[in-house]
Amino acid sequence: MQNALQIVYLIPLLPLIGFLINGLGRKHLSKSVIGVIGSGVVLASFAISIWVFLQVKGGNTHEVHYFDFISVGDLKIPFAFKIDQLSSLFLLIITGVGFLIHVYSTSYMHEEKTEHFGRYFAYLNLFIFSMLLLVMGANFVIMFIGWEGVGLCSYLLIGYWFKKTEYNKAANKAFIMNRIGDLAFLIAIFWLIQKLGTVTYSEVFIAANLAKLNATDISVITLLLFVGATGKSAQIPLYTWLPDAMAGPTPVSALIHAATMVTAGIYMIARSNLLYSLAPFTMDIIAYVGLATALFAATIALKQNDIKKVLAYSTVSQLGFMFLALGCGAYTAAVFHVMTHAFFKALMFLGSGSVIHAMGGEQDIRNMGGLSKNLKITFITFLIGCIAIAGIPPFSGFFSKDAILLSAFAKNPVLYGIALFTALLTAFYMFRLLFITFTGKFRGTHEQQHHLHESPAPMTIPLVILAVLSIIGGFVGIPEVFMHGGDKLGEFLSPVITNHSEGHVSHSTEYMLMGLSTVLVLGMIAFAWFKFKNYQRTEEKGFGKVLENKWYVDELYDKVIVNPLHKLGGFFNSIFESKVVDGIVNGVGRAVSYTSSKFRLLQSGQVANYILLMVGSMVLIFVLQFFLKR
Amino acid sequence: MPINYYIFLSIALFAIGIVGVLTRRNAIIIFMCIELMLNAVNLLLVAFSKMHHMKALATDAATTVGTDGQLFVFFIMVVAAAEVTVGLAIIVMMYRNIHSVDVNFLNRLKH
Repeated sequence: MQNALQIVYLIPLLPLIGFLINGLGRKHLSKSVIGVIGSGVVLASFAISIWVFLQVKGGNTHEVHYFDFISVGDLKIPFAFKIDQLSSLFLLIITGVGFLIHVYSTSYMHEEKTEHFGRYFAYLNLFIFSMLLLVMGANFVIMFIGWEGVGLCSYLLIGYWFKKTEYNKAANKAFIMNRIGDLAFLIAIFWLIQKLGTVTYSEVFIAANLAKLNATDISVITLLLFVGATGKSAQIPLYTWLPDAMAGPTPVSALIHAATMVTAGIYMIARSNLLYSLAPFTMDIIAYVGLATALFAATIALKQNDIKKVLAYSTVSQLGFMFLALGCGAYTAAVFHVMTHAFFKALMFLGSGSVIHAMGGEQDIRNMGGLSKNLKITFITFLIGCIAIAGIPPFSGFFSKDAILLSAFAKNPVLYGIALFTALLTAFYMFRLLFITFTGKFRGTHEQQHHLHESPAPMTIPLVILAVLSIIGGFVGIPEVFMHGGDKLGEFLSPVITNHSEGHVSHSTEYMLMGLSTVLVLGMIAFAWFKFKNYQRTEEKGFGKVLENKWYVDELYDKVIVNPLHKLGGFFNSIFESKVVDGIVNGVGRAVSYTSSKFRLLQSGQVANYILLMVGSMVLIFVLQFFLKR
Repeated sequence: MPINYYIFLSIALFAIGIVGVLTRRNAIIIFMCIELMLNAVNLLLVAFSKMHHMKALATDAATTVGTDGQLFVFFIMVVAAAEVTVGLAIIVMMYRNIHSVDVNFLNRLKH
């Protein structure tokens, strides 16, 4: 009998159908129809994902093979989906959070023209399709298809308001920066094909094949895959696209640039955990890069004044935490944080969308303040999100962040110290954002104050659901010290993920670390409260100005990479293109027209001439024949 | 008669034909010269054919070798006659159009 999981192809197919209907019919369908189709297909996928999850939980994991995608010589790349614990968990996150954001978008984007509304939902559905392909693929090539697909959709959605040049530039930046990482990913795939002749997970990650690779191969492949991950998941040095990606509509930021796409890198490394566990050098690099990114982005987030930029840097920082966990061998902790982060970061982005909606497009928190009176639901849910991300028990962020900090401590207490400091910064900048936005006096114009209103139900209901998830989402991974067998997530993922942690931490130390981080975070929140409860606009000076300008990294990249490339391009344009290339092309043209102008004289139109020529040629041929035959 | 005589006669006729085609402007004379060339070749064909026939007769009194060439010549003459009608018709049309049979007026082939 066929495995029941054979029908999982419906999960990505439904959003693809939604994309086709909305994309092709965007001029003919009404907004409500588009909204229902766009959200409905994702809801259907979500329903199937729940069923798949239950199947997997019941022990039915399966590699679903559909057809041979590429078949060249000995290399066979099947179009197959791998349904196991890891992918089923990601399916739930993507379709679940994705559905809520689709519902939210129906209201948030309602003022767009019908045609653009349809385009928006088409892109969103296409994104869901690509992301599902990415996590469901049973080999690196299918993953790469999804990987490129989400990059494309990210580009399309960042540049959704394509009439603004600035937004187009942000979209280009995201696309090009991602492309750098994609190239490394692609080379890693080629390397695998060269060495093993296969890219299917179940064939790559078995001992016999892993033994074929020597230490250099493993280091290079893992490093290249990691470079790919830094592009997609916005790590140093390829992180600068993510804050600029906030040019897209807010729900897009919530879905793509917080909850799902940027976690693709984490997924890839978690998926390849057996390979990574063999590469201690790469693991160290991942840990350091992750930690550096977390700290760096957190410092920038301290001084940002755009509500979405703060959240964007916070996302970069949290992704850094996840990479830290991966680098410490705590893959489960990273996946756990992906999940909880999807909840509370989507929540906060949607909350910020609600704020922006109420403020009539205003994003600068210096012009807000005191919004808690008018936007009660938004305020409460946003507060829950902040508490969750700050890591106060028993909210979800506490459990996942604690697992990461613990793994860092097990690897190296210095890493733990920096990570804890970053976690404190996280608490500080999130509550700074909360207090500046929602408490104190209103600092905007009178007109804005007049218009302040709570968002409609399609926007607040997803907020409430995500808030609930942010509260309870952590309970799937309660640490062993609190409850024996409480780490349900770790248990669930154990067949696919082999954690590789160094050293062990005693229970008393673990309690102490938790207590320490909780107390310090609470202190940080109190500090933020005293500093920002009555925020007054001030100019940044000295170091604050450096942070406000994001350490001038964008300017540095411009100076070191972008401008020299522009210069080089200009040089080639003026010298090579106009002189050499044009010279060759025009020269060929001139030579042809000159010779043909000479040959044209032969064609006089006089019959006698033709005949003379004919006779002359024939005589010539005979004479040549006569002499050459000799 | 030795075959050489026929060959020289043929070459002479053919050369007269070529020179006529190249030098004259009257379409009818050019046409006649073309016919002259054709018949020069025809003459050569029948001469060679006859030569082969005579050679073969020396060994075998009942042979038919070489007779086919002599028959062929008649076919060529028939075809040439048909061709002449077409050629003359073209010349008549030419005269009707430009009221002359001077080929130098026909310099519009390049357009």
